Amino acid sequence: MSLQVNDLRVYYRTLKGDVKALDGVSFSMEDGEILGLAGESGCGKTTLGKSLIRMDGRMRHMGGTVELDGRELPIGDDRRMNDFRFREVSLIPQYSMSAMNPTRKIGRMVRELLRSRGATLDLDELESRLSLVELPHAVLDRYPIELSGGMKQRMVMVISTLLDPSLLIADEVTSALDVSTQKAVARALIGFRDAGFVKSMIFVTHDLALTSHIADTIMVMYAGKLAEKAPATAIVKKPRHPYTKLLLDSLPEVGVRYTEKRLAGIAGSPPSLLDPPAGCRFRSRCPIAGEECVQEPPMAEIEPNHFVACWKA
Amino acid sequence: MRRYFGRKLLVYGLTFFVAVTINWMIPRFMPGDPVSSMVARTGASNPAAAETMRVYYTNLFGFDQPLWKQYVNFWGALFQGDFGISIWVFPTPVTEVILGAVPYTLGLMIPSVLLSWVVGNWFGAYAARRKVLDNTLLPVGYVLTAMPYMWLAVLLAWGLGVVAGWFPVAGGYSFSMQPSWSWEFILDLLHHWVLPFASLFLVALGGWAIGMRNMIIYELESDYSNYLAALGAPQRLIRRYAFRNAVLPQITGLALQLGVLVAGALVTEIVFSYPGLGSLILKAIQNQDFFLLQGTFLFIVLGVLIANFIIDIVYVVVDPRTRAGMAGAAA
Repeated sequence: MSLQVNDLRVYYRTLKGDVKALDGVSFSMEDGEILGLAGESGCGKTTLGKSLIRMDGRMRHMGGTVELDGRELPIGDDRRMNDFRFREVSLIPQYSMSAMNPTRKIGRMVRELLRSRGATLDLDELESRLSLVELPHAVLDRYPIELSGGMKQRMVMVISTLLDPSLLIADEVTSALDVSTQKAVARALIGFRDAGFVKSMIFVTHDLALTSHIADTIMVMYAGKLAEKAPATAIVKKPRHPYTKLLLDSLPEVGVRYTEKRLAGIAGSPPSLLDPPAGCRFRSRCPIAGEECVQEPPMAEIEPNHFVACWKA
Repeated sequence: MRRYFGRKLLVYGLTFFVAVTINWMIPRFMPGDPVSSMVARTGASNPAAAETMRVYYTNLFGFDQPLWKQYVNFWGALFQGDFGISIWVFPTPVTEVILGAVPYTLGLMIPSVLLSWVVGNWFGAYAARRKVLDNTLLPVGYVLTAMPYMWLAVLLAWGLGVVAGWFPVAGGYSFSMQPSWSWEFILDLLHHWVLPFASLFLVALGGWAIGMRNMIIYELESDYSNYLAALGAPQRLIRRYAFRNAVLPQITGLALQLGVLVAGALVTEIVFSYPGLGSLILKAIQNQDFFLLQGTFLFIVLGVLIANFIIDIVYVVVDPRTRAGMAGAAA
């Protein structure tokens, strides 16, 4: 068991009250697993990713534990968490295009970063990893501005995984890229896992189609809670949660002309997380909601490794 | 690189040309006639003698020639380093008068500009992440930077000079002394230098500190800072990077502020009757001294242009992006 998250609660402190962005999330990941984390904007997927490595100033750890390789991560303690960052947990941020200091040559920046973490730079290893993502070794002598968007993205991937972390969080890494580059990035991420640079990976995205290609398991979140977690094929072929079904229905399919058939979409919008409704949070938008949905549905394993939080599943 | 500096030099050349032309025009279109005031000063009561004198001076300064010819002659003389003869302290050459004043102005300007910039940046960066400093000393910075130079100068002169009596309030050195390279004179010089320096330094300091504080906060919130923090880099490294990036706009700011700083220094000199270029300008205007006014302005224009050019070079050295832009980015 590589990662074990138990009833994790992370709230945003605001003047109006706590925004319950993560409200009791539990799941586990195996070694070598790539977990796709999907859901619409504001469902808490980025919050979950951030909680595992570095919370920003407005986030508060309200409860629950995170265990990585049998050790508890002190996620609420910014200073103690520093020992784990980069070495155990690492991040490929959403903003890879601007993640590198614009006024340092990349090679020098990497060396300074590693030295500040008490690690020495293994130049051969770095160069072989650059080759793996098809970057010329000369990029180390360049400034970030001299690289294209795709090159910066790959460079950040290499930097983030240099210390062979156990868990890598890839936060919306493909959203800023065009489709052909997306595929290359996804392939590189799988390559990193296969080469053992990272043990397991959480791939945060709103792109279900891409996730299903690279993830072993897909986890769908809705309004700060888990909706469904299952092997990638099961999610795509046999989704059980009504939200997952609607999410898949709103994706365009290859070969279908949408002049005749309108894409479904999901009516309504997610509830406010400032004061979420009791019971199932998808209730108000759910086409099959019934009386029992006033009670909160527990996460149930309806098939091996297929978890759903829905009374009707 | 060569094209970049070539273009810069061309722009500076054009600026210089326009500035010199305007500079030549302003005194000439000013109301009043310097020759008649010179003649009047001699007190010649005989109209014939006054007339002779008028013709002599008009001829001497070249005022009898048509305007365009005066303009061409002016450029010609300029390239020979000849700024003409001062009317106010006739017959001293303008160059000599200016060179006597320049050391005072530079001695005031260079330390106050550079020190306020360095100290302001350092202090702003330091205050950026310390709530107590941010809430106490920075508001003082706002008050300082909003103060007109001469007002602070008057306040200092009154408070520390007249009331407390710690510093002299006027002049570059005591009237009882002759300029010489003795310790006594240098100490006296410094003593007179403190108040004008302090007023220039303080006003500029507030602005730099506030600018730097805002820039540092912005840089510490930026993506590369967040990324480094997520990888557990120590605050020291993040702050070092942030400082380096935050200094760039401050360098540009220095280039932009230079003109304002020079103007501030000139006014401050007048408040303290400091014998620099500022006082010289005042005297030149009061005495309708075209040549002195022209020469002084020309000197200031040259100084600002040279300083800007130096800042351009510094910027290329510290910001790799300007260099990359010159070479053309690699794919």
